[in-house]
Amino acid sequence: MCSLCGVLGGRGHWTESAANPDAFPERATGVPRRAERQARARLCQPILRHHGLTLAEWGGQAYILKSATGRTELVDNLSELWAAAERLTGRPCDPLDEDLLASLARTADR
Amino acid sequence: MSLYGEAIPVNVITGFLGSGKTTLLQGLLAAPDLRDCAVLVNELGEVGLDHQLLDHVAESTLLLENGCLCCAMRGDLQGALRDLFDRRERGELPPFRRVVIETSGLADPVPIAFTILSEPVIQHHFRLSNIVATIDAVNWAAQSARHPQWAKQAAVADRLVVTKTDLAEAGALAGLDAELARLNAAAPRLSADSARLDPDALLRDDGHDPAARLAEAGRLAAHQAPLAETARHGHGESIHSFALVHDGPLDWTAFGVWMTMLLHRHGDRVLRIKGLLNVAGETSPVLINGVQHIVHPPRHLAAWPDDSRASRIVFITDGLEEARLRASLATFNALTAPATPHAMPAQPAL
Repeated sequence: MCSLCGVLGGRGHWTESAANPDAFPERATGVPRRAERQARARLCQPILRHHGLTLAEWGGQAYILKSATGRTELVDNLSELWAAAERLTGRPCDPLDEDLLASLARTADR
Repeated sequence: MSLYGEAIPVNVITGFLGSGKTTLLQGLLAAPDLRDCAVLVNELGEVGLDHQLLDHVAESTLLLENGCLCCAMRGDLQGALRDLFDRRERGELPPFRRVVIETSGLADPVPIAFTILSEPVIQHHFRLSNIVATIDAVNWAAQSARHPQWAKQAAVADRLVVTKTDLAEAGALAGLDAELARLNAAAPRLSADSARLDPDALLRDDGHDPAARLAEAGRLAAHQAPLAETARHGHGESIHSFALVHDGPLDWTAFGVWMTMLLHRHGDRVLRIKGLLNVAGETSPVLINGVQHIVHPPRHLAAWPDDSRASRIVFITDGLEEARLRASLATFNALTAPATPHAMPAQPAL
């Protein structure tokens, strides 16, 4: 329960294998939750770099999203991340954007 | 199981005005095994429901901060479900083991799903079992032409129950079958006029049950080839379903990044996703299930339903193209691929 608002905490986000151990019997025992969160932040870097942003895992509880001008947002999960990124940049975050995909393909080739 | 005991399954019965939702519900509630259901009805129709746990809810929607219509919380349902649970806990109601919600004929079922899956208290005590849509075999063509909600209800359903089949002409039935295959290829189509409409198949047979999961996976596996794209115009006519097939394992973290980004930007056009995933590091497949911006917790499947080890994701979209989604997913997944070894000499076989 959240001590500030008194609301029962939600379930872990659907993207977190550690929050859904029944669905990932092998992965959940092999990948610590913190390591998974750090890997997620690393994987988002090339996508966010395309938008001039960086992401870091923060204390096992949240992620810090920063713009090139130093504006910062704290997000709990991936579903919140993209809306926050759009607020910081004023540009849409679209996985079907051809420029983004070309940039990611170059990253993967390195 | 939730921290608070076994979550109570909730079934949503939706369908256009006059499509036979209440008649279907009446028949289901007569089944001995389903007498311990609580029923929430969004509108009281002409067909009387004689059931001990019947409640009527008025429709009210609380739009959340992000302004997305599918992520709107149904305030009436929030209050009704909390109240049902409180009264059950206090012993004022019998310990019902299932809740069935009958929506109004014009309701969008997605905010109902969102409320059950996301409301902080409700998500601990209830789980979304499935969405059943009734489809009127006689009037479907006129309804679908005039009301976009018709296609939405059919597209987001897990089960499609075609009603009034005995009154419909053969041509209309064939046309409806083709239309439902286009809108929602992965959902089983059942006839309400069948004397053996099985309550289990309709309400209990959901992703929570391991045996039902395997059946679901089999249906997903059957949709390996992208369905033909058809150019159509008019209400709901750009909605179509296709299967995205990805060969080789998917990195779960990359998949989550890709899917959340896709649903953030295009969730209003992704009506439904159901997928069987080959996740790197897992021997058996993972099932995913989502409605617009809302994704259920992933589920584990004990075994693959066939010999293929490809990931297969059935999408029901409004105008998104399969090839673009497939290429995008492959690009995101490649971000996690190990660097290609350069100039590595081949090792002799031992």
